[in-house]
Amino acid sequence: MSQNAIDPQTLMAEEPLDESTVNRARVSATRLLRTLLRNGKAMAGLSIILVFIILALLAPLLFPGDPARITSAGASTPSLQHLLGTTTKGQDVLGLTLWGARSSLFVGFAAGIFSTVIGVLVGLSGAYFGRGLDEVLSLVTNVFLLVPGLPLLVILAAFMPPGLGTVIVVLVITGWAGSARVMRSQAMSIRGKDYVAAALVSGERPLRIMIREILPNMASVVMTTLLGCIIGSIGAQAGLEFLGLGDVNTISWGTNLFWATSDGSLMLGQWWIFVPSGLAIALVAFALALCNYAVDEITNPRLRRPKHATKSTAATTVARKEEK
Amino acid sequence: MSFLLRRLGFYLLAFWASITLNFLLPRLMPGDPVTRMLSRSQQRLEPQQVEALRTLMGVDGGPIIPEYFAYLGRILTGDFGMSISRFPTPVSEVIASQLPWTLLLGLTSLIIAVILGNLLGILAAWRRGGFLDSIAPPLLVFIGSFPYFWLAMGALYIFGISMGVAPMRHAFSVGLVPGFNLVFILDVAAHLILPALTIVLVSLGGWMLGMRNTMIATNSEDYILMAEAKGLRPHRIMLNYAARNAMLPSVTSMGMSIGFIVGGALLTEVVFAYPGVGYQLLGAVQGLDYPLMQGMFLTITAAVLIANFLVDLVYVRLDPRVRKG
Repeated sequence: MSQNAIDPQTLMAEEPLDESTVNRARVSATRLLRTLLRNGKAMAGLSIILVFIILALLAPLLFPGDPARITSAGASTPSLQHLLGTTTKGQDVLGLTLWGARSSLFVGFAAGIFSTVIGVLVGLSGAYFGRGLDEVLSLVTNVFLLVPGLPLLVILAAFMPPGLGTVIVVLVITGWAGSARVMRSQAMSIRGKDYVAAALVSGERPLRIMIREILPNMASVVMTTLLGCIIGSIGAQAGLEFLGLGDVNTISWGTNLFWATSDGSLMLGQWWIFVPSGLAIALVAFALALCNYAVDEITNPRLRRPKHATKSTAATTVARKEEK
Repeated sequence: MSFLLRRLGFYLLAFWASITLNFLLPRLMPGDPVTRMLSRSQQRLEPQQVEALRTLMGVDGGPIIPEYFAYLGRILTGDFGMSISRFPTPVSEVIASQLPWTLLLGLTSLIIAVILGNLLGILAAWRRGGFLDSIAPPLLVFIGSFPYFWLAMGALYIFGISMGVAPMRHAFSVGLVPGFNLVFILDVAAHLILPALTIVLVSLGGWMLGMRNTMIATNSEDYILMAEAKGLRPHRIMLNYAARNAMLPSVTSMGMSIGFIVGGALLTEVVFAYPGVGYQLLGAVQGLDYPLMQGMFLTITAAVLIANFLVDLVYVRLDPRVRKG
């Protein structure tokens, strides 16, 4: 779930499985990684994420001490001393942004990974065992898909004690269902393959078949789902904290924005206070979306840019032949 | 028919699940919501009302099964209890006064986004690799990467504060009496434009890309080739042959995004201080008004389920295949 409207899942065809979905399943994990490293979009996305991770790790070295401490008079514009200016309280904005990356990235990645893992478990076991278990799991998944995410997020956060752990748990509760649905439909198509039947006949245990036979063949779908979950989690976390429902004492991009509004810097026109954190969230989300796009392009040949289409305004073969 | 009955059963089940979640949440969470609430309400409550609240929240330690059925009964008769922050207004009345604004904002932006997004998607897929197809998708993905509320804040800053052309808050100007006259309607529209536009901006990309990707698949179908061979005019093929069939997934996602309308407009409403359900929900959370919070959550869920059922009805008309299901 996400209030972020561009759901990365819409980037891939959501119809029942057609040939391209089956093709994508055949791309093995290692080959996918190797192709990714040669893809421009993927490299651009990965480098942006890497830069942010490095900056987050280096934050204690670049800005030693408590980033929330007051270092100057309030709300000074960007200057040499404070490259991004200071907040209304007099905290250094650059320091807050760099330190904020730590918890924002941590929560986003943690919640994204947990949601994907639960989605894989639910989707795989439903697709593998079928019948009763599948019915029940699909039902639960569909209920969670339908219950509006953001209000549920808000309600859960209101009842649970504030803290980073709560934020992660709440994001996972509202985020796993989407990935479970994708995983199930993908695993269903692989379940019917001959090699799964062969593994069954040779007496392999269900867990081994699921992990060794089915899972590696849906690596690309797991990857796009994971990226989508992380994007969703980062956005949802920022939204939650912006509403003041996270832990307002931790420093993250979301809480930076929360303080920016509650201190009234928006109304006073102090743009330098709320621009950096929002831009950081956007850059990370965009970088992840780029990676997602790349995985999609590699595994779904139909979405690849046609080589000659830039010149032709004709849509189909017939029209093109007539032009000649 | 059996398809619709099955869907209806599913929605009832989903609604039951959210009522149960609502019932269990205050009982499972640590701490005592009633005590927290009372410290905020400055002792305006009578002892019996406090007792009723304790029963509602399940902190009186009573037997859980009978309480659960009593709770179900109350919800089904539309009794959500009293709001604490707006005591003694019943929760249902508070919700009824907010819902129209949310629906107005949500439906306006959804309709614009769906029509515009689908049209852009159709055109992009039709001129594959053309100008629109190469520029719009990455741009929209980039815009969609921004946290929604941040874009809304930016828009409010630029148009509301710097340029001063857009109203800053509320759904209509203070002092204006709501009524069915031109002045009031124009004022409401002026307050609606900016919030609605920001929602359209972030949701456009999803609609466009979804439509584009299905259109690309549809364009390679044989019946499109056949239509071209018959010599039909291109825009007729595009709209009546390709787009019509590529539309189906869009209709399904419309059902899903009605959840975005009622619930997801929360952030919009907070940024623009728009007096809808989402704004009120946050107010309830901040005021620790648990009955109101839970009532709003159930209302939002019910609205989403009803909307999805309506979409199912439309879907049955559009795609005869599901009727056999």
